Amino acid sequence: MTEKLHGYVENLKTKNAAWVESVVESHGEVTVFVPRESILDICRFLTAEHGFDMLADLCGVDRGPEEEPRFEVNYHLFSTIHYSRLRLKVLLSDDDPHVPTLTRLWKTANWHERETYDLFGIIFDGHPDLRRILLPSDFDGHALRKDYPLRGYEPYSLN
Amino acid sequence: MGLENNLFDSLPDVVTVKLDAIVNWARKSSLWPATFGLACCAIEMMNTVSARNDLSRFGAETFRASPRQADVMIVSGRVSRKMAPVLRRIYDQMPEPKWVISMGACATSGGVFDNYAIVQGVDKIVPVDVYVPGCPPRPEMLVHAIMMLQDKIMKESVKDRRDTYEPESRVSMVPGTLPVTEGTALETEMESEVLAGETSRPYSVPSKHERRRSS
Repeated sequence: MTEKLHGYVENLKTKNAAWVESVVESHGEVTVFVPRESILDICRFLTAEHGFDMLADLCGVDRGPEEEPRFEVNYHLFSTIHYSRLRLKVLLSDDDPHVPTLTRLWKTANWHERETYDLFGIIFDGHPDLRRILLPSDFDGHALRKDYPLRGYEPYSLN
Repeated sequence: MGLENNLFDSLPDVVTVKLDAIVNWARKSSLWPATFGLACCAIEMMNTVSARNDLSRFGAETFRASPRQADVMIVSGRVSRKMAPVLRRIYDQMPEPKWVISMGACATSGGVFDNYAIVQGVDKIVPVDVYVPGCPPRPEMLVHAIMMLQDKIMKESVKDRRDTYEPESRVSMVPGTLPVTEGTALETEMESEVLAGETSRPYSVPSKHERRRSS
């Protein structure tokens, strides 16, 4: 079932061996860990050569403040041509949560990246309009980080 | 046809009455609510005006979509921090006399949502007249709340309800929530005061209405 997906990953490797850090398969889904500086090139390659023409989702993960690397950014690619899904993951450390933007490739990445920035504080370099999208504009902190207190920081927690 | 025939027979042509009594009676008998359905409580609010419970028996069936035409704001549901300045602006747009019913546990106290996203009680933003507990309250409870509000209206004085001019509120009663003044002259004015150190964010200037209530 996943042979086709592994074929795409092999093609990625042949194109540039540095693009694939590791591959994980679970529940019939294939996840590729990729270096953050080449995420745009990888997505361009997958779109042009393998028909992954849709960014189904882009989201952040906080593994916890004690973990290193602390953050993940997940890219869920979907192909409307051959109906397969591929997940790309970028690992980011706490002190340098920067990753290049995909807005030049997919318009939908704009709001998804704003949401990930809003809730996790991950900076998308080159994003045209990196503002908060869900929380109020004067919000303090990033609400979905594991070390964010449930009631918020002062003066939010005063309510 | 009905009552007035007997009234004309039994009453004199001129009746003297207290102004407060007659004005309040008129006001309480045609309360026009502004819908502020925010969550599941709004479903019960819709049920309240529908045929089974029929809020129009108490003169409050005309829900207005515009705050300019409304008398009572029924806040039904949880108020998020981002919604708070919007709710406040709609309240400010309602002309006097105006009342607020806080419907449900979430609007009253935040309910189960004790977190950074939800305002812990709508009374942090607007003055509330009647609180309705419940999750969600049954339509009968909302009808009872309207009746309680009507009793309250009968005890008011007309002098307290003059519609005086006040500039649209730039007040943020919830800490950390900026009012909807982005890009307006008010924002420039307040931000310059913040820069000069005369005030600090969040700006907290109660409206005339609230000052009168607290005194």
